[in-house]
Amino acid sequence: MSALPQSTPSKGAPQKRWPRWARRNLMENIAVALIAIGVLMLVQPFTITLYGWSFTVVLVGTVMFTIVSKFPE
Amino acid sequence: MPDINAVADRVASATPPSVARAIRGLSDCSIAWLFVAPTIVLLLAINIFPLIWTIHLSFTNYASNRPNRPVVNVGLKWYQDILSSPEVWAAMQATAHFVFWTIFFQTLIGFTLAYLVDRKFRGHAFWTTIILIPMMLSPAVVGNFWKFLYQPQIGLFNYIVSFFTGLPPSSFEMLGSVTLAPWAIVIVDTWMWTPYVMLICLAGLRSIPDYIYEAAEVDRASKWRQFWSITLPMALPFIMLAVLFRGIENFKMFDMVMLLTGGGPGSTTELASITLKRQAFEAYRTGYSSAFAIILFVVVFGLANIYVRALNKVKQR
Repeated sequence: MSALPQSTPSKGAPQKRWPRWARRNLMENIAVALIAIGVLMLVQPFTITLYGWSFTVVLVGTVMFTIVSKFPE
Repeated sequence: MPDINAVADRVASATPPSVARAIRGLSDCSIAWLFVAPTIVLLLAINIFPLIWTIHLSFTNYASNRPNRPVVNVGLKWYQDILSSPEVWAAMQATAHFVFWTIFFQTLIGFTLAYLVDRKFRGHAFWTTIILIPMMLSPAVVGNFWKFLYQPQIGLFNYIVSFFTGLPPSSFEMLGSVTLAPWAIVIVDTWMWTPYVMLICLAGLRSIPDYIYEAAEVDRASKWRQFWSITLPMALPFIMLAVLFRGIENFKMFDMVMLLTGGGPGSTTELASITLKRQAFEAYRTGYSSAFAIILFVVVFGLANIYVRALNKVKQR
């Protein structure tokens, strides 16, 4: 019985796969959603508590967008 | 056309020997940095340094009218004050009212005008130029002449409204009324910037290939169906771009509104940037206004990120 051809092992260390949940598109969407929610919180006329937290939300979204836009596709 | 080698020889012979010796020892990368360095230095001096200095000031009690007073670090006090102040919250709501309605009217009218101009009727180039005139004017000029148009006694606007509604022209004051003033600034901004939205929408409409409409005609799709299934979805990224761009610009609106109403009557048209100016140059609360400027900067920067993302999507099409 002839031996089945085996796949050649890859040269060097195996490449670590980028986690699926940290893909650029998904993370950018989350960051954009945070910015949009933050801006809405900033200008809404209903409660001053939401207004108080708006800057934090926008800042988190903006920093997150800046970081995740460097992630691989 | 001069020979490139001859030009290079002439440049080399004109270079002083001391400079030539110094340059000869430099790598390509160093020479590239040498050329880019003036721009980077200018950028750091004009953009980055003031930004970092503003961030620094936003954590201090510095007041520009009292430069000799000891500067004390106040931490996040100004940020807490701004984010719990009902006055600033009201200014943000006035800004939101202005931004929302200007975008709504500009998009609606701008897209309609673009759709009409795209029909290529007789003299459409002339009318496109006429439509674009308001956009070419300075906001200071626009602010001043709309102030005259809104005059209750001599203003043309009141007479036009009177003609259509039957109200006496001097019975209402666009810039002096608490309920009408926010709409007065919306009307002026819409008048001025609708042509810009029209231009972007026109670019979107012109980018739709004719063969898609021809295929739709073959499938016997009605004009109404073609509009909803082809025109609008394909022009949507461009409309979004216009909305985002006008949103960012109007969020920072200052000059035109300052000239028209000065933030009044009361504080009904006091937009965020007008509040910022008053805190910085009338109340001389430099630290407080620096914190306010940083908050506005972060919001605009966040919106600009969305804008860049929308732009990339348009490019991918």
